[in-house]
Amino acid sequence: MAECHPVGFQWVMEAKARGAVVIHVDPRFTRTSALADLHVPIRAGTDIAFLGGLIHYILENGEYFREYLLAYTNAASIVREEFRDTEDLDGLFSGFIEEARKYDPRSWQYAGSEMPAPSREVDEELLLMTETARVEAHGSGGPEVAGEIQTDETLQHPRCVFQILKRHFARYTAEVVEQICGVPRESFDRVCRLVTENSGPERTTAIAYAVGWTQHTTGVQNIRAAAILQLLLGNIGRPGGGILALRGHANIQGSTDIPALFDLLPAYIPMPHLGQNEGLAAYLEDEAASKGYWGKMSTYMVSLLKAWWGEHATADNDYCFDYLPRLTGNHSTYHTVLKQMEGVCKGYLLLGENPATGSSNSRYQRMGLAALDWLVVRDFSLIESATWWKDGPEIETGEMRTEDIRTEVFFLPAAAHTEKSGSFTNTDRLLQWRDQAVEPAGDARSDLWFVYHLGRLIRERLADSDDPMDLPIKQLTWDYPTEGTQGEPSAEAVLAEINGFGPGGRHLGSYEELRDDGSTTCGCWIYCGVYADGVNQARRRKPGWEQDHVALEWGWAWPANRRILYNRASADPGGRPWSDRKAYLRWDAERGRWTGPDTPDFPPTRAPDHRPPPDAKGPDALSGTDAFIMQADGKAWLYAPAGIVDGPLPAHYEPQESPSDNLLYKYGRNPARELIEHPVNRYQPSDGKPGSEVFPYVTTTYRLTEHHTAGGMSRWVPYLSELQPEFFCEISPELAAERGLTHLGWATIVSARAVIEARVLVTERMTPLTVEGKRLHQIGLPYHWGNNGYSRGDSANELAHLSLDPNIHIQEVKAMACDIRPGRRPRGPAALELVREYRRRAGITERTGMEI
Amino acid sequence: MTQRMGFFTDTSVCIGCKACEVACKEWNHVPEDGLNFTGMSYDNTEQLGADTWRHVAFIEQRKPLAEQEPGVDHEGPVPPLGAPPDAAPMTPMAPGEGGDLRWLMASDVCKHCTKAACLDVCPTGALFRTEFGTVVVQSDVCNGCGYCIPACPFGVIGQREDDGRAWKCTLCYDRIGDGLEPACAKACPTDSIQYGPLDELRERAAARVATLNDAGVDDARLYLADTDDGIRGAGAFFLLLDDPEVYGLPPDPIATTRDLPAMWRHAALAAAGLLGAGLLAFAGRA
Repeated sequence: MAECHPVGFQWVMEAKARGAVVIHVDPRFTRTSALADLHVPIRAGTDIAFLGGLIHYILENGEYFREYLLAYTNAASIVREEFRDTEDLDGLFSGFIEEARKYDPRSWQYAGSEMPAPSREVDEELLLMTETARVEAHGSGGPEVAGEIQTDETLQHPRCVFQILKRHFARYTAEVVEQICGVPRESFDRVCRLVTENSGPERTTAIAYAVGWTQHTTGVQNIRAAAILQLLLGNIGRPGGGILALRGHANIQGSTDIPALFDLLPAYIPMPHLGQNEGLAAYLEDEAASKGYWGKMSTYMVSLLKAWWGEHATADNDYCFDYLPRLTGNHSTYHTVLKQMEGVCKGYLLLGENPATGSSNSRYQRMGLAALDWLVVRDFSLIESATWWKDGPEIETGEMRTEDIRTEVFFLPAAAHTEKSGSFTNTDRLLQWRDQAVEPAGDARSDLWFVYHLGRLIRERLADSDDPMDLPIKQLTWDYPTEGTQGEPSAEAVLAEINGFGPGGRHLGSYEELRDDGSTTCGCWIYCGVYADGVNQARRRKPGWEQDHVALEWGWAWPANRRILYNRASADPGGRPWSDRKAYLRWDAERGRWTGPDTPDFPPTRAPDHRPPPDAKGPDALSGTDAFIMQADGKAWLYAPAGIVDGPLPAHYEPQESPSDNLLYKYGRNPARELIEHPVNRYQPSDGKPGSEVFPYVTTTYRLTEHHTAGGMSRWVPYLSELQPEFFCEISPELAAERGLTHLGWATIVSARAVIEARVLVTERMTPLTVEGKRLHQIGLPYHWGNNGYSRGDSANELAHLSLDPNIHIQEVKAMACDIRPGRRPRGPAALELVREYRRRAGITERTGMEI
Repeated sequence: MTQRMGFFTDTSVCIGCKACEVACKEWNHVPEDGLNFTGMSYDNTEQLGADTWRHVAFIEQRKPLAEQEPGVDHEGPVPPLGAPPDAAPMTPMAPGEGGDLRWLMASDVCKHCTKAACLDVCPTGALFRTEFGTVVVQSDVCNGCGYCIPACPFGVIGQREDDGRAWKCTLCYDRIGDGLEPACAKACPTDSIQYGPLDELRERAAARVATLNDAGVDDARLYLADTDDGIRGAGAFFLLLDDPEVYGLPPDPIATTRDLPAMWRHAALAAAGLLGAGLLAFAGRA
């Protein structure tokens, strides 16, 4: 966090100054470790084993927060009889369809739901659903849970979630953690003690994570494990608790909210599927939940359609619902590249993205780019994604010749954040507005300018068209005022549209005001209220010392300016704070409402003892203790009966490429992981299979404070480049001795995909671990570099493969296997030959690594 | 003179982000000075100089992290900061007692000494003491004689090769006059670099050391806060977590011009003596 979020880390330092204990679990000793009270080196890719160990400790020693657990989680819910755990099936959950490498999740449901007989038709639907990441659409919503939920408040029923959890994690003992993670017993015990001592009614523990947890074939399950841990300890919805996703860029959260994801409409509304969601009514029937705030999806959706198509969207034409594109398959980034190579995807817009060095298996990315008809790159500098056709690694090796590449590449200079107005939404869901400081120089323009004027020009060209296909473009509301000398669209006008309008053009104040009768518009329902009263609430800058500790008047947090989500859980079921020390919200019986320093994340006047009538729908169906108001059962899920494609519980799987065998299950790797079979994406033998010894070292990629992601914003800046001038690898003195690597010398690093070179930094900050009785070395690789810019070097992403998390299609670059040797890498065709030689030695074929 | 202003750099909360280095260069238009991969941990800046007015040192050391023993004596050689990197088999390790690994980070800067030798030796008056008690080089007056460079007991000042003039931290003279804090302090995310009236900073620093000592960090100590030291206290002082040598700082700096008055007195006496002897000689002849 200190490395990549130095500004946010100031709050960790503040907490530390107030007595908080800081624990850092990371393969490397980083700047964060330097300031932590305890650094725990861990084998990359074993986080579920580690967290599972903590969960085991809590369950075994009765350290869980029983009252919280019973009131707010699904610990007591009973799961259907058909469910089988990884303990029963040696690493598989029930419902695995081997030929499709996917789960049929229906056996994971709560008891009482209907279990439809498997049919061909349903299976196809299921496959499409998992392929198109329907689950991600439910990320914040939680899918529908069918039927009457049966519970056992004594937590004794063998099929209640609590007992399933106990059995599932029974083998995740401290000894197993030591064996799998390489974390010594003493160190692990200390973490267990610190975390449990600092949780409960009087205290809370917060977990902050970043892509070190997500970029794995088990990325989503890593976070699920953290959620289980925090729920057992009662650390969600309470001050000082939570799981904080540290985002990779200043506005990544914003780009997820509004969103830049293929399978979502703004504010986590699922994208409709071809052939499945015919008509708005059917779509809402399929996607909306009957209980909780997803029960109001019709109001969010109709208001969104009204924001986009204005007067053209009417009840008679389903509010232009059919203007929305439909999902026909997996259109995630890595699959799109596959489609580029297949000639299906012919054009590509890269806005502030540098896949030629920044994405996993960069060579695969460039192969995709080289198959395009046209490519538009908008960036500050001539990044590698704009120049691969003349100086990329494939030109050097002779695999590509410039004259053979038919892609037409356009480079458009982009404005920097200081040159445009707009908002950042980061980890804490806080929208913070920034004003333009100067107009961009030369031809540089903002992304907003580019998209607006591109749309304007396209609409001009279509003005005379009477092709119905063009109506969705022709009828878009595309009337933003422009300002300044460059015709910059008003970002505040866009924000006002996102916020939404009611009758008479009134700025809406809350999503509670949204209607599904076409009388309201809203571009993103969770952002409704950011422009309340016609004031840009995100622009507020009242200093912390002029308001209380929650500081509601600094920026604006979605939804409804809430600073802690699910904060109903900060009070006990009766509405009293769990303790004075951790008081936040309380039920004020006299006034009949929830009060506290934050906006209640609950219907504000719903009494703790309220029980809804059986036929209630949506938010009305929430009882006075259903703190998790977005969930279809009002409960936080220790066990996920639906919504996750690779299992209702996290289980330890080895990374796609690992030198270690899975100690717990026969099915060693995530059985549902997404694999891409392609000649430039060969996998290595793993977990003890013949040939795995060719790649004996674990490697992990990461960022340094001095640079930003793929380097487009930093490698061209002399002041930053001089601080970290070259690509280097970090290794321990023991590994240096083992492989004859010299400090400040060169290392050649090889995977089944590529060979790269890096300067060597030998440091005791890299700790060899003892894993399953063997010495294990890890290699650290910052991934900022590429062959353009002021500071240059090979890209670590060349080494990476494409084995993806099946829920969100993210790459596994945080735990890979490789070989390292002294000296510089071969040049030209010899580089390819070296990789081929490694593949031969390891016996790699197109089937290697594809095993379930 | 208005109130004396200065820096308190609390290295116990430094996260080594180097924002101070970059902010300083941005504000003061200090040129980039080379891409050198040094192998000295994450320190690729190496030292203060004409083109580096803030420098973050990174020191890797094995030492128990908590409940440190009081009165620890760090034996062994001075850490190889500045040693030729290719002679080192790995990232240099500062001497310690084994045990946990720790990684010290510290942002160094011109000390703005109370007794500033650079100022004493400057023949043109380019170096002067400002109304804030800080020491600043006026680049339009500096003639590049370079006397100030060896005069500095910390090696802070450097000469730019292209223009020959001496450059160093101005404590952002062009900002503090307008009531702004210096660029480095402004950019520091953890308040490791604090700017303010020196008296207040000294009080705050004393309290911070006491807090850390109470928490068991017995190694925490102030450096250059003592007005009785060889530079009569600094305008920029530090909280360190080990001996100054570990950070590459002189343990007992002395203004190189401290003894000049005495030397001049001695010289004057000697000269007077010689003159007297000469006169006597002439008198004797007469």
